[in-house]
Amino acid sequence: MPLLEVKNLKTYYYTLRGVVKAVDDVSFTLEKGEVLGLAGESGCGKSTVAWSLLGMPPSPGRIAGGHIYLHDDEAGETYDIANMAEEELRSKVRWRKISMVFQGAMNALTPVHRVGDQIAEPLILHAGMTKEEAMNRVVELLNMVGLDDTIAMRYPHELSGGQKQRVVIAMALALDPDIVIADEPTTALDVVVQAQILNLMKELQWKKKRSIILITHDLSIIAELADKVAIMYAGKIVEIGPSSEIFNNPQHPYTQLLLKAIPRLRGPIDKLAYIPGTPPDLMSPPPGCRFYPRCPYAMDVCMREEPEMVEVGKDHYVACWLHSKR
Amino acid sequence: MSAHMSPDTVLKVENLTVWFPLRRSIVDVIRRKPRRYVHAVDGIDFEIRRGETFCLVGESGCGKTTTGKAILRLVDIYAGHVYYKPAKETIAELEAMGVDVIDGEIVDIAAVPPKKMKPLRRELQMIYQDPFGSLNPRFKIKEILEEPLLVHGVGETPDEREEQVIKALESVKLIPPEDFMNRFPHQLSGGQRQRVAVARAMMLNPQLIVADEPVSMLDVSIRAEILELMMELKQSRNLTYVFITHDLAVARYICDRIAVMYLGKIVEIAKATELIENPLHPYTKALIAAIPEPDPSNKAKLREVPIKGEVPSAVLIPPGCRFHPRCLPYEAEKASLENLCPVHVPPLVEVEEDHYVACWLYDKVRQSAGL
Repeated sequence: MPLLEVKNLKTYYYTLRGVVKAVDDVSFTLEKGEVLGLAGESGCGKSTVAWSLLGMPPSPGRIAGGHIYLHDDEAGETYDIANMAEEELRSKVRWRKISMVFQGAMNALTPVHRVGDQIAEPLILHAGMTKEEAMNRVVELLNMVGLDDTIAMRYPHELSGGQKQRVVIAMALALDPDIVIADEPTTALDVVVQAQILNLMKELQWKKKRSIILITHDLSIIAELADKVAIMYAGKIVEIGPSSEIFNNPQHPYTQLLLKAIPRLRGPIDKLAYIPGTPPDLMSPPPGCRFYPRCPYAMDVCMREEPEMVEVGKDHYVACWLHSKR
Repeated sequence: MSAHMSPDTVLKVENLTVWFPLRRSIVDVIRRKPRRYVHAVDGIDFEIRRGETFCLVGESGCGKTTTGKAILRLVDIYAGHVYYKPAKETIAELEAMGVDVIDGEIVDIAAVPPKKMKPLRRELQMIYQDPFGSLNPRFKIKEILEEPLLVHGVGETPDEREEQVIKALESVKLIPPEDFMNRFPHQLSGGQRQRVAVARAMMLNPQLIVADEPVSMLDVSIRAEILELMMELKQSRNLTYVFITHDLAVARYICDRIAVMYLGKIVEIAKATELIENPLHPYTKALIAAIPEPDPSNKAKLREVPIKGEVPSAVLIPPGCRFHPRCLPYEAEKASLENLCPVHVPPLVEVEEDHYVACWLYDKVRQSAGL
């Protein structure tokens, strides 16, 4: 049984101008100890997936359908996060089972509290530790992410970007959750610091087989960490499969073009590819395949009918008419 | 030190220094403590050849944007020279305004009084990073593109100006132009907005364009499109680019030469491929080692980045070579380098053909300084 099973998840934003179908029928599973990379361009709904998994899509968003089954080994229970009361989510799931490393560490910490107190807060509130126990655990956590004890007494403005990101990671690990969601964990960082943070995440993953959902627009970062990769486009997963398959044998035209658009540091300098056009408006997405207006292989059927997910290799699924047998 | 420029050089920066003063507290004033400065750009030299794409690469806070702005005189220059060769008409105009012209063709931008910069601004344009912030949200696209023409008095009649706006939109492939002219920036996608920003920079037929991270806010799938457009325009209009980026991989695709900056200094300059395949400065080596690549086999190993510590503050710059506290080769050979790296500032010296580096590890650098 997978640790997490997302089934036909739909998260819509109910705005005054209409319903934005930010996440539209997304399904995937996450095994224990697995790292899933969720990639896509801005506005494809990847962050909305992250917030939905915590049962708190940002307003005016709501989970409009589907299930998010989370298997709790200790309690021997399975929760459906998509249909759970807020109270229960808070006491049983959030931070304890699923935690999040937020995008932009600069803004994820409150400037008016010491770093140590901020990390201690969930320990006191969720785990019922005393202040003293919590502070001991804080020091342990800081050491785990490669920071020394004195950081606990500092305020966020006294730390560098890399140190702040480490603190945010320490917070996410505070209650030893089964799943950590990392939403663009290195986007605002310089390359050298980014490499250090990625190394830290690798080490933490190797030591404790935690499940991670890594969300980023940067496929290079996904390649550094992920076992399994899902490519999202306009609210849907268009391709999902083992990392080696996605990078070495991509099947969806969108994935193929996306990989060709990445400037590389080594190897021959080919002409960079790009995808003409812009992603569709998610208030009224085109019928059929959402990628067809930009797809070089678009056929008649693409604009009429939506392609189903088909298995093209072991655990490798693609939603594209080029691969569907009709 | 002179204004001498070889014929194919269009811009020559000499000892360019930009310091931003920090506010002194009342206590500091009473105690007569000297004013402190942020050493954003701390004495750099480079030359840009006509028609080339020259890249400034470095991490945030290294002074690459400040350098770009200083070239356009958008920040106050503390010391140094920015020699530039304007077009003939501009020279005449500048001379008429009483600006010093060296050898009848060179102007020191750092010495031009701000009020007399206007003729030069036609030739020197900038493309900004954020197409969401750099376009006035209350202006229609037509007004955004017409503005430079109005400011510089180009185009006699509204019709004439409109014709130019249409041409500009066509040149950046916003077709049909009539569709875009009356829209507001918020009605365009990020890529389209950046095209408008490019078109605006081209309105006055500039010579030199400073592009400050023009694609870093855009999605990967459309980056190449904007880069390609910029390269096309460069070809057809014989432009010279100063391209500022933090991404060495992007630089490799479009730049002729790359200058790597660290904490306000240029540490290495070389041809793009040479710099990436044969980096000499320890900082450049670390920077290249740190860049992730879309190769899933990287998952199995940690990425070795040969650097330690963090970037120091630009207010308290380490003495000598400012990279030495983070430098691994220095640490490994501390005994032999102790009198060098933490004491003397290494000059930027041509170590191999067209490959300059500022690092005491290289004999030629030591010889040139007589150390």
